[in-house]
Amino acid sequence: MTQLPDRVPGAKKLGLVIDLDICVGCHACAVNCKEWNSGGFAAPLTDFDPYGADPSGVWFNRVHTFEAGEGAGGRTVHFPKSCLHCDDAPCVTVCPTGASYKRTADGIVLVDEAKCIGCKLCAWACPYGAREYDRAEGVMKKCTLCIDRIYNETMAEVDRVPACVSTCPASARHFGDLGDPASAVSKLVAERGGYDLMPEQTTKPVNKYLPPRPRQTGCGSAPVALRDDDAPLAPEGLFLKWVDRLLSR
Amino acid sequence: MPAEPLIATSTPVADEAKFTTCYMCACRCGIKVHLKDGKVRYIEGNRDHPVNRGVLCAKGSAGIMTQYAPSRLRKPLKRVGPRGAGELEEIEWDEALGIATEWLGRIRATDPKQLAFFTGRDQSQALTSWWASEFGTPNYAAHGGFCSVNMAAAGMYSIGGSFWEFGEPDFEHTRYFMLFGVAEDHASNPLKIGINKLRQRGAKFVSINPVRTGYSAVADQWLGIRPGTDGLFVFALIHELLAADKVDFDYLARYTNAPWLVIDAPGKPGHGLFARSADGRPLLWDGTEQRLASAMDTSVRPALVGRFTLPNGGEAVPVFELMARRFLAPDYAPDAAAARTGVPAATIRAIAAELAHVAFEQSIVLDIPWTDWAGRKHATTVGRPVSFHAMRGISAHANGFHTCRALHVLQMLLGSIDVPGGWRYKPPYPRQAPPGPKPSGKTVAAGRSLGGPPLGYPSGPEDLLVDEAGRALRIDKAYSWEAPLAAHGLMHLVITNAWKGDPYPIDTLFMFMANMSWNSAMNTEGTRAMLVDRDPATGQYKIPRIIYADAFWSEMVAYADLVLPDTTYLERHDCISILDRPIGSPDAPADAIRHPVLKPDRDVRPFQDVLIELGVRLKLPGLVDAAGKARYPGGYADYMARHERTPGVGLLAGWRGSAGDKTGRGGANPHQIEAYIANQGFWTQPIPDEAKYYKHANLSYLAYAASMGFVGEPKPVVLQLYAEPLQRFRLAADGHGRVTPPAAERARIRAYFDPLPIWYPPFEEAAVDGARFPLHAITQRPMAVYHSWGGHNAWQRQIHGENPLYVHRDAAARLGIADGDWVWIVSHHARVKARARLMTGVNPETVWTWNAIGRAPGAARLSADAPESTRGFLLNHVISELLPAQAGGYRYANVDPVTGQAAWYDLRVRIERIGALDAAADAHPPTFGPQPPGAEAPPTRLRYGAEFREAP
Repeated sequence: MTQLPDRVPGAKKLGLVIDLDICVGCHACAVNCKEWNSGGFAAPLTDFDPYGADPSGVWFNRVHTFEAGEGAGGRTVHFPKSCLHCDDAPCVTVCPTGASYKRTADGIVLVDEAKCIGCKLCAWACPYGAREYDRAEGVMKKCTLCIDRIYNETMAEVDRVPACVSTCPASARHFGDLGDPASAVSKLVAERGGYDLMPEQTTKPVNKYLPPRPRQTGCGSAPVALRDDDAPLAPEGLFLKWVDRLLSR
Repeated sequence: MPAEPLIATSTPVADEAKFTTCYMCACRCGIKVHLKDGKVRYIEGNRDHPVNRGVLCAKGSAGIMTQYAPSRLRKPLKRVGPRGAGELEEIEWDEALGIATEWLGRIRATDPKQLAFFTGRDQSQALTSWWASEFGTPNYAAHGGFCSVNMAAAGMYSIGGSFWEFGEPDFEHTRYFMLFGVAEDHASNPLKIGINKLRQRGAKFVSINPVRTGYSAVADQWLGIRPGTDGLFVFALIHELLAADKVDFDYLARYTNAPWLVIDAPGKPGHGLFARSADGRPLLWDGTEQRLASAMDTSVRPALVGRFTLPNGGEAVPVFELMARRFLAPDYAPDAAAARTGVPAATIRAIAAELAHVAFEQSIVLDIPWTDWAGRKHATTVGRPVSFHAMRGISAHANGFHTCRALHVLQMLLGSIDVPGGWRYKPPYPRQAPPGPKPSGKTVAAGRSLGGPPLGYPSGPEDLLVDEAGRALRIDKAYSWEAPLAAHGLMHLVITNAWKGDPYPIDTLFMFMANMSWNSAMNTEGTRAMLVDRDPATGQYKIPRIIYADAFWSEMVAYADLVLPDTTYLERHDCISILDRPIGSPDAPADAIRHPVLKPDRDVRPFQDVLIELGVRLKLPGLVDAAGKARYPGGYADYMARHERTPGVGLLAGWRGSAGDKTGRGGANPHQIEAYIANQGFWTQPIPDEAKYYKHANLSYLAYAASMGFVGEPKPVVLQLYAEPLQRFRLAADGHGRVTPPAAERARIRAYFDPLPIWYPPFEEAAVDGARFPLHAITQRPMAVYHSWGGHNAWQRQIHGENPLYVHRDAAARLGIADGDWVWIVSHHARVKARARLMTGVNPETVWTWNAIGRAPGAARLSADAPESTRGFLLNHVISELLPAQAGGYRYANVDPVTGQAAWYDLRVRIERIGALDAAADAHPPTFGPQPPGAEAPPTRLRYGAEFREAP
């Protein structure tokens, strides 16, 4: 059985903050992740029967669109989901070989493919379905929090964020240290009431979701109508008013 | 604890990175392409590019799988079996070009209009339209008539710009944004970036769409409107604003033709036209001096209402009065609109109140002094921060032109065009309204060029392309009485008309990137049958020759006689020109190029180079010099840099002049492409602050636009609340003028050429029995796939591999349909089967599916049992390009009567539960055909990128 790391002072809890208020379900994050990781640290992400009757593939990030609520409160929700790099990651403790591990310094949960035997216990243990078995490679694959980007000194500093974060057209994804209350992501979570996905699973996910903001049903101090709707319309009165209205040009 | 593995975290991404422009849709974002060992390692958005600022959507991010798709053509192909069987043999380019030259040469030497040249989503209209004109055929258009010409035309005739791509909302400042009929549409990433800004600032976002997907999911308020009724909704808003006197009268008086006098003389030839002075200037009524005055006299304080006497004794009424009388009628009240639209009257009233509140109580004042065209200085720039964007949910209806005009009228009443927080023009717009260039094609002569562009904007019947008897001169009948303002042609009628020989048969159909035998057609089955139909007398195909250019093994390839294989977007030059569909923003014009970042690994050539080569072989005057030598020996890249459309104005605005130091206007710079490449593939330049807003009336902007070559002269653009050109057509229907319609067309012209916007029920709805076809059927464009371009892409098809038919739960319950049941979708024309999925967020009388996901079996090199064919479906099968027959038997086209826009969202259907699936009764087309000659079987497993991973 693999162990979770000891807490070390100064250790980070890197993760993502995903804003459900503005995710428009475009799948940019999912495909850009697929593209980056296809040739990156965890390459390849195999695609099976890619041009056939039953195409499938290994993806680290998937966007689920569903409806929730009823009547006026009903909404369509776009929900991207990838590994939440949990503090108490059961995918780590269940791993028989040490292949699934959580880094001490930054909390990223990774697969050491050299040690992975493809038993898939981690996939069973993860309540979020964040780990996928690549049957061509014989190992588990999952979000690496772009470990090959975030510290990459060959890239400009502004680019050292996960691919999904840099590509999101609606700026619905944020990256940073959720263990530092002064970080931009922590402040965002505090300000917007960011929450854990399925907290009852007790895995203590590090990624947070920002709930949709309340919808504006009215518009500030705008009245609900311009006129009393029972009042009969008297257009001639308006025309008289308009006759007098001389306009500047 | 065992030590954690040491990870190499600074592995170089690739060997090199090159900047070019994406082409996974028409947004044309800037991309950075990382290349390793000659292959694409990663494509990301270019941080510095004005369109996307570093972001990249799902489509752009999937570019690798398009570049390496097995469906890519390899070599030119010649048909050797019957058409439609896909029996093609590979040939060399010499032979292919020789065949095309022979066919086209014969046509040019005898009757150039026998060539119908139509292009799909090609983005190179600046070249292809010009080429058609040089060839001498009027039978040219791109796909706009099938796509969204209603937006473009309504916009150009009203405000000299349009939604679509000639403007955008001011997302920085707007406080209230209404989105009409957009699921995923132009412009893709800018709209996503903009919507984020709205939500961060707490600006209210209202989305009007029968379906709650995509953007509608994050809107503050979603209105699930009944398809085709948006015009009524907008008129109800106008009604409320007028009734409450919440209208920007100053804006109307200064910037629109609201005060212009309209002649009221029923039965006379001038009825409904503007009253004009002797020298042709429109007149208004000077309210202070109580007399007529010129519309351009800014010292006058005009009347907006009243009835005034003209010098000849006739009477005239201001535009505003005509408009107000119409829309104040009870027919346009919210209560009247509620039943038809499905939007409650209280909601309509509330939105009108909100629009007025934001426009008039929350106006923005920017500290930007500016000078208007009359030389008057304004100390600040004031804006009414309500904005709109609309696209094909409005457009793809028989009433779309008028509905879009209604939106523009609403914008004018709110004073929100090109103001801070409103909707703003993107240079080179605004242009004059009504728009200028007329379509050429009245005379077609052997061996002669057309003498002008094939597409344009008629101002009246004399500009139509019709013969003495009023019959259409173009194969698609654009600019005829059936579609007078057909600004983008009618691609969707070319095959039907050519097959029928109505107005005449053609010799060769030449198409580029237009999947006409599949998703770019209505009546798909019928279209395929027409393509293979033979004349019993001669045994020849009724459309004798078909040349098709594309990069992929699409459904159309099997129906071509000669196939010219294109490169991908990463392998060629392209030009995203201001002369075409501009990128850029309201604050800064921009243009861009593509250049090859990869060499093709097969015998394919960029289509634009091929077109230029054909033009040289045909000795088209623009492409060869007096000695018959190629003017642009370097092909398209050479043409891009050195072609001047008018002196000093070329395809690209940046780095002009021999020293590359001019912008906008300047002589050709032979090193221009290199300059673009050195600047990440794009050019942009901010407009001076004082020229940014009120462009249509801004002296600084107009001077700037003229100096840049965007417009000919710095003339103000008067917004056309009343569209006079339409009235000229109406007068012709009453028998006035030299050019009048045939008797059979008069009633239609009278009904639909109202110079103020109107609403009428969509034609298909009116023509079919509502009890037999009670549901609307529409599509939504998915965000991860663009038309049929995603079917061949291994990643995109995992997101949208099979499209169901989405049905409202209540409608499904009434019909006894459960989630996952198979159903027939039945229209007056045909039926197709689909799998039903139930949802709540949809107009209860509407069913919908994702656009263009279904494929013909075997197309795109997918296996014949791919879900796109076995479970997905194409709604186009049940849409007819013709309406049901009228009394007398004539079948009008299923189009908007003003522009000819294909009315695909007017579709009416019923759905019937299928008991057991009956394969024999399958309405899907037969198997696509054999696979491309010599092609390997597509891989059954992909491990793309494995080779890039660092060895441990």
